[in-house]
Amino acid sequence: MANMVLKAPRPGYTGYVEQEHHHDYGGDTVFGFWIYILSDCVLFATLFAVFAVLQSNFAGTIQAKDLFELDYVLAETALLLASSFTFGLAVLSANKKSMAGLVVWLGITFALGAGFLYMEINEFIHFTHEGAAAWSSGAWSAFYGLIGTHGLHVFAGMLWMLVLFGLLFKEGLSDNNIVRLMCLSLFWHFLDIIWICVFSFVYLMGVL
Amino acid sequence: MLFRYKNWLRLPLLLVSLLLLSGCEEFALFDPKGPVAEEQQWLIIVSFAIMLIVVIPVLIMSLWFPYKYRSDNTSEEYLPNWEHSNKIEFIVWTVPILIIVALGILTYITSHSLDPRKPIESDKPTMVIQVVAMDWKWLFIYPEHGIATVNEMAMVVDQPVEFLITSDATMNSFFIPNLGSMIYAMSGMENRLHLMASEPGTYKGMSTNYSGFGFSGMKFNAIASSQAEFNSWVKEARNSKNLLTKEAFKSLQVKSRDVKPMYFNNPNPLLFSDIIEHYTGGLNVE
Amino acid sequence: MSSNRTIVTEPDPIFGRLTLDSIPYEDPIIMTTFTVVAIGGLGLIGSILYFGKLKYLWDEWLTSVDHKKIGIMYVIVAMIMLFRGFSDALLMRSQQAVAVASESGAGYLPPEHYDQIFTAHGVIMIFFVAMPLIVGLMNIVVPLQIGARDVAFPFLNSLSFWLFVSGALLMNISLFVGEFAATGWLAYPPLSGIEYSPWVGVDYWLWALQISGIGTLLTGINFVVTILRMRAPGMTLMKMPVFTWTSFCANVLIVVAFPILTVSITLLTLDRYIGTHFFTGDMGGNQMMYVNLIWAWGHPEVYILILPAFGVFSEVTATFSRKRLFGYDSLVWATVCIMLMSFLVWLHHFFTMGAGANVNAFFGIATMIISIPTGVKIFNWLFTMYKGRVEYSASMWWTISFLLTFTIGGMTGVMLAIPAADFVLHNSLFLVAHFHNVIIGGSLFGYFAGITYWWPKATGFTLNENLGKWACGLWTVGFFMAFMPLYVLGFMGMTRRLNYYDNPVWNNWLLVAGAGAIIVLCAIGVQFYQMFASIRDQKSNRDWTGDPWNARTLEWSTSSPPPFYNFALLPEVRDRDHWTDMKELGLAYKKPTKYQRVHMPKNTWAGVVIGGASLVLGFAMVWWIWWLAILGSAAMLGAWVIYAFEDNKDYYVEVDEIEAIEGKRYADLDRVNTKAINYQESDATTISV
Repeated sequence: MANMVLKAPRPGYTGYVEQEHHHDYGGDTVFGFWIYILSDCVLFATLFAVFAVLQSNFAGTIQAKDLFELDYVLAETALLLASSFTFGLAVLSANKKSMAGLVVWLGITFALGAGFLYMEINEFIHFTHEGAAAWSSGAWSAFYGLIGTHGLHVFAGMLWMLVLFGLLFKEGLSDNNIVRLMCLSLFWHFLDIIWICVFSFVYLMGVL
Repeated sequence: MLFRYKNWLRLPLLLVSLLLLSGCEEFALFDPKGPVAEEQQWLIIVSFAIMLIVVIPVLIMSLWFPYKYRSDNTSEEYLPNWEHSNKIEFIVWTVPILIIVALGILTYITSHSLDPRKPIESDKPTMVIQVVAMDWKWLFIYPEHGIATVNEMAMVVDQPVEFLITSDATMNSFFIPNLGSMIYAMSGMENRLHLMASEPGTYKGMSTNYSGFGFSGMKFNAIASSQAEFNSWVKEARNSKNLLTKEAFKSLQVKSRDVKPMYFNNPNPLLFSDIIEHYTGGLNVE
Repeated sequence: MSSNRTIVTEPDPIFGRLTLDSIPYEDPIIMTTFTVVAIGGLGLIGSILYFGKLKYLWDEWLTSVDHKKIGIMYVIVAMIMLFRGFSDALLMRSQQAVAVASESGAGYLPPEHYDQIFTAHGVIMIFFVAMPLIVGLMNIVVPLQIGARDVAFPFLNSLSFWLFVSGALLMNISLFVGEFAATGWLAYPPLSGIEYSPWVGVDYWLWALQISGIGTLLTGINFVVTILRMRAPGMTLMKMPVFTWTSFCANVLIVVAFPILTVSITLLTLDRYIGTHFFTGDMGGNQMMYVNLIWAWGHPEVYILILPAFGVFSEVTATFSRKRLFGYDSLVWATVCIMLMSFLVWLHHFFTMGAGANVNAFFGIATMIISIPTGVKIFNWLFTMYKGRVEYSASMWWTISFLLTFTIGGMTGVMLAIPAADFVLHNSLFLVAHFHNVIIGGSLFGYFAGITYWWPKATGFTLNENLGKWACGLWTVGFFMAFMPLYVLGFMGMTRRLNYYDNPVWNNWLLVAGAGAIIVLCAIGVQFYQMFASIRDQKSNRDWTGDPWNARTLEWSTSSPPPFYNFALLPEVRDRDHWTDMKELGLAYKKPTKYQRVHMPKNTWAGVVIGGASLVLGFAMVWWIWWLAILGSAAMLGAWVIYAFEDNKDYYVEVDEIEAIEGKRYADLDRVNTKAINYQESDATTISV
């Protein structure tokens, strides 16, 4: 038998806080964004699983190894990796309260992201012409499903950057904008990591 | 007074009489006509009994505790701050664990012994029947006998049957309750199910996986009979003027409901694999 | 709603697939319903305008970010949808009660209609009744229970709600415009593919679930952050009330499971819209993958529905046994165990797909292992009553009814978990009886207990206890009468989802089940009357203390209903039964000497506008009205951006205002003389050591 016995309260205990500390709302947002990233990880994990199940179901359509050009994908990868690096520099500028540096580096990041997307869409068009469209076979559906989702995320990140430019223009390096920048930075680096997985599992293993 | 109780008793009495009226043969799962169904009946009853060990005390406690410790019964001990007891914790974790261990062992053994793919041991050779779920009827192909039937199948008592099951449309599930185990019928895939009838009779077969508007009518008769009767059934089908030509098969593929049994003579021996390949066609799995 | 006239016209550039023929004029059931809904809707809008309440509605409710109001709105929508889902159930029960025949066409519902009804019933009950009830309860209770002033992201909370409403509306539009899916509630391909379901039914299903599912995902993120970061000082994780714990686990499950639903639905959408081959029967698609994916979400979903209900029972049992919860630690760990294990059992929904014996055995045994912590919880509630002083309040009635019902449902669940037994029980009415047994007897009774228990906290007055007990009694009797026959029918080999059957013996049992459904209808009637009567008599049911049940946890320390800022001063917690602690120390109902200003979020139009735009998007996508879909997405995005550019999303409530509100509260308390409620004076002597 165990009874709960509470100790006597500290002297002056009233049951409520007399002087509230300032609540860290920005911290909530960044933490919440981490939780979102976690759920996005599950989303991509599911798409990777789908890809793993379907990857060899070409059903008579052209096979991946006959189409993949590693050099091209490497260039794409380089663009995205570089954009992650420039985003890092943007955050450094923000930390140094340098608005100009932030805008310039963010602009370069945007351009690199646009380059990446351009290359990806180009590749999609090329593949589709070669008979490897999203509707060609299970394997190609899985390919477009996974990579298209990643591309859509990159696109969303770029839209977000445009909005952030606007917000920076409006309120400068405000606390809110720093939090937004932090979240976008998390998002962007996360997409980079996902791309590295895509590169390894889809392209590298596809040509092997 | 008695009259009042009579009213209240009427409902349970009605239910009991329903149960009695229903008769055992209505309980398809408790009226096994083959070794698989028999083992499954046993499994259901045993697992039920094992769980009653914990379920009955819980049900009693759920009524007894709130009754005994009702707020106006101040003669019982009251321990408002009591919140932990190693003894009770030990019991409430151990008892369910032991029961689950027992059921787990049962699960492992029966998952293997009742694996649908496991052939049934018998001194007679296994008969193969190919089953195709269509919209909304069952096509049975007897490759050894050169016949095909729709919504009726026959088998020999005490001879194991291997059903090779696929679908030419949506997902269905092939089930003859009196004989046991069901399994899904899916396009482009072949599922295997071993069943055997140990008593002659006509058993109901059905689809148990909803497959569209004609689903409720996807019923068939499974006739288990002696070898002689089976032979004459095959003969009847062989004498049928219907040939399962390409056109005939195409007209079978047309959606139809509540289809009456049909017999076909001399189907294409590759029909079953053709149906599967129609879906997997050109699948170059490395 | 009738797809015997499935219309696949050449899509029009302006109206897509939508034509005047899309409306099922010839169906009397639907047209009658439509007339009633239209008159009711017009009457409602008319009276809002007549009484000039539009501005009030907009300012105080539609744009509200107050978690309590959002919670109440969730519960209201859920109750409306319960009415619709239950109407579907009645239609099904009555069809099966009369449909003995050897050929289709029996009864009064053709398969084209009936099959939509059972699909809609499942979808509505899970997504638009159970989910909003639980999310609504969490909204009302969790911030109060942890001593927070709102959730972490109030705007997202409002957005979640409106996305959910948009999904629910889309689902209801399908009743009058077009058709709903006739595929079963999880829409397995290939049946749900474009080849077998060519018209709009499955598309309604896809978009209604997609939109409300994203809302749920946002809720999950919101509450995980709220519970982890906004607890009152002193409330460590192991001092959180159990309802908060179970809600936390449910929200973690939402965050991890709902992306899988999003992906499965999206891929099926792509299959239907652009002809990909994820789940098609041919060209390398894999239909089994869909079944795996949907249940990889679906099984955790079951626990999302039931874990918070377990939390409700824990709170109710402790309060009405006048005793600390027995085995808090093991209850929490049992919850965490269930949360983790729920991802390891999805395959038990399709043992009959043909996986190997070892795979089946693994998932069967894993499923049974989950029953261990679940069983432990039941013992914890039983031993909470043991040596207590059990008060038979209405919420306690629900709890005891739950213990009896759920135990039986759990038992049949373990039977289904044995693969070899599932080979004959799968997809039978035994299965249908089982999951209703746990979802009604477990989740739904839990929500009802929770609504009864926290109603006064949300509204300021208690629900009529007697009517509540009647509702519980009728529900219990009706439930057993409606579903025990289904167990019997399962043993007789009756399959689920049958539109007709040729066995007259089954008919007797289905008639009993139908009678049970009518008793449940009476129960629901009593519940609606209970709410009506309690609102009517609210003056006499008024809860002036904020603690009508002499309860134990933090949420009872504030007034009923709480002020919009919940707590004028944040509580400092030293025990999980904080409010009992306060009462025992004699600190309850003591007016603080001074207040501080309080930081609060402002209401915003953005949630309701984005939700409305998502409805436009969903409707346009269903009917292939591409220009409208683009417009809808642009509106969603645009509204979000405009919201992002807005200033002054929050403000400070000044001390004067708080002083006024709190002053009134303490004046009320003085009037009802709370001293008598304080343990210090009343039963402090009975606290044994």
